[in-house]
Amino acid sequence: MKRLVPYVTGGIRPDWTRYLVEYERNGATAIEIGLPFSDPILDGPTIQEASDRALSRGVTVASVLSDISDLSLTVPLIAMTYYNLVINKGPERFCADLAAAGVSGLIVPDLPIDEAGPVVTAAERHGVDLVLLAAPTTPPDRLAEIAARSGGWIYAVSTMGTTGERDQVAEEGIRLAKDLRELTGKPVLLAFGISRPEHAVAAAEASDGVVIGAALMRRILDGGEPEELGAVLGEFRAALDTVAV
Amino acid sequence: MAEPGELGRFGEYGGRFVPESLIPACARVEEAFRDAWSDPRFRRDLDRLLAVHAGRPTALTPAWRLSAELGINVLLKREDLAHTGSHKINNVLGQALLARRMGKTRLLAETGAGQHGVATATAGALLGLGVTVYMGEKDIERQALNVFRMKMLGTEVVPVTSGSRTLKDATSEAMRQWVTCVDEAHYCLGSVMGPHPYPWMVREFQRVIGDEARQQCAAELSTGVPDYVVACVGGGSNAAGTFAGFADTGAQLIGVEASGGAAVASGQTGVLHGFRSYLLQDENGQVSEAHSIAPGLDYPGVGPEHAHLNDIGRARYVTVGDDEVVPAVHRLARTEGILPALESAHAIAWVIRAAGTGELPPFSTVLVTLSGRGDKDVATLMEADPMEAGPMEAGS
Repeated sequence: MKRLVPYVTGGIRPDWTRYLVEYERNGATAIEIGLPFSDPILDGPTIQEASDRALSRGVTVASVLSDISDLSLTVPLIAMTYYNLVINKGPERFCADLAAAGVSGLIVPDLPIDEAGPVVTAAERHGVDLVLLAAPTTPPDRLAEIAARSGGWIYAVSTMGTTGERDQVAEEGIRLAKDLRELTGKPVLLAFGISRPEHAVAAAEASDGVVIGAALMRRILDGGEPEELGAVLGEFRAALDTVAV
Repeated sequence: MAEPGELGRFGEYGGRFVPESLIPACARVEEAFRDAWSDPRFRRDLDRLLAVHAGRPTALTPAWRLSAELGINVLLKREDLAHTGSHKINNVLGQALLARRMGKTRLLAETGAGQHGVATATAGALLGLGVTVYMGEKDIERQALNVFRMKMLGTEVVPVTSGSRTLKDATSEAMRQWVTCVDEAHYCLGSVMGPHPYPWMVREFQRVIGDEARQQCAAELSTGVPDYVVACVGGGSNAAGTFAGFADTGAQLIGVEASGGAAVASGQTGVLHGFRSYLLQDENGQVSEAHSIAPGLDYPGVGPEHAHLNDIGRARYVTVGDDEVVPAVHRLARTEGILPALESAHAIAWVIRAAGTGELPPFSTVLVTLSGRGDKDVATLMEADPMEAGPMEAGS
């Protein structure tokens, strides 16, 4: 089965964990939770707006982790945030807090492999996978290093740009996913711009699955209820299930 | 002030904390800069541009009347006399030449006060490069004159409406846009900040301020070197360039931050815009908004080399509030006939205060970099204190 990882900005509204429950019920294989940061440098307008909205509600890393620690989900939870929030607590405590809340993965978009040492060490100690990003511009030798050191799976950024909905999956992303799969047996998930079920199908033919962020967050910002988002995710699931593994 | 090595480190600060998509682009800028900076032809081309287009060397002006009033010897390094009205042109001409050498056709830039935007627009026009400048909506309102100047120079000015709508958010947006066009565009960062090699490269392009001032002080002062070297610090490029010329002397280096944007005085170690340094942030690690009457100092971080110079005690960082800055503008205008930028007036304000308290001993020699001219700030000054524009006695 191809992997399907939906994203939600933690604390986007008071009952935000209901989205997690609906995502799980509708075929998510893992869920990415954004820990909102004031200056999300790799995010486009949709997720920037979601982060701002959550922060204006007073959301913190601690409050998001507290919200999820009571849930009894069976799918893995992966935190996504920016490096300043990790430094603020220190990698050791940050990873310990993630693990204590039941989070098993961490994505830090502004922490490239060259600077990742202290977080890699702390994450390993607490059983958290530090998932590394690869981009279409990453040269082959660096791609191999990222593939070797990424924890659990590899987050392949499909296009040279920020997060956001797009009309089609970029060819450069398809190429990147294929290159990565030749380098490693670890799962490669394609992210950025996967906006419709047919995009997921195109992406999954070259990869092990997809991450869907802005397309879901746009609907949440527009007032979409958890059940509606669950149904949307179900359409992605159904489409992905047509793709041969 | 040393070369920061391949990792771009100044002590524990600096680095390259950018999305993976930008890593190759940063590496290419570093490689191109190392190559250009060791190429005598590049250096000659830049020196010539600085001379014939930017008007270098800028003067070292003894501030006679202010010195007499304060009982110290104040020398002003006049970056306000550089073409486009600030030190920003030094760095931009360097980066624009580098961009052309790298085969780029466009420049992207962020701007706060508008001075870096105007300088980039100017260099783009001069070298035939397209220019897009990202500017916070709030700064667009405050700096309408500079926005108009940029447009006249053929530059596209893109308003940034996110966050605090100032320099911080303009920088974020410029970096986001750079990801989308790294093949044809060079990100012309305006201060000693950002991912490696920018803090180092910009300092080297601004070193001309300190090198010239060092020579000029040698001719002007019996001691050869001033006792104090003072410059305002937002990101800190004019200070870094000035300090570079005096790093190996006994001069005391003083960086003056805006009290509402004092990353060294009030920040904690953090990472923003690709580099590790002192950063204004709340207890949860969210970046705080800086507040200063000077838009160029309205930035929550400080260049990583300044953080390092502070830690090792080579430079000292002090703060000045808006309430001291406006009188400093008026005082310099009335004593010396020079209207400094609000940013530069922070350095003047500290000198006035420190002379008054005896922190600057009587007869000490003080070099102050006037990073820019104040024409752009006239509307702000009128709003801050319209009565100040009325008649009053010199020196009051």
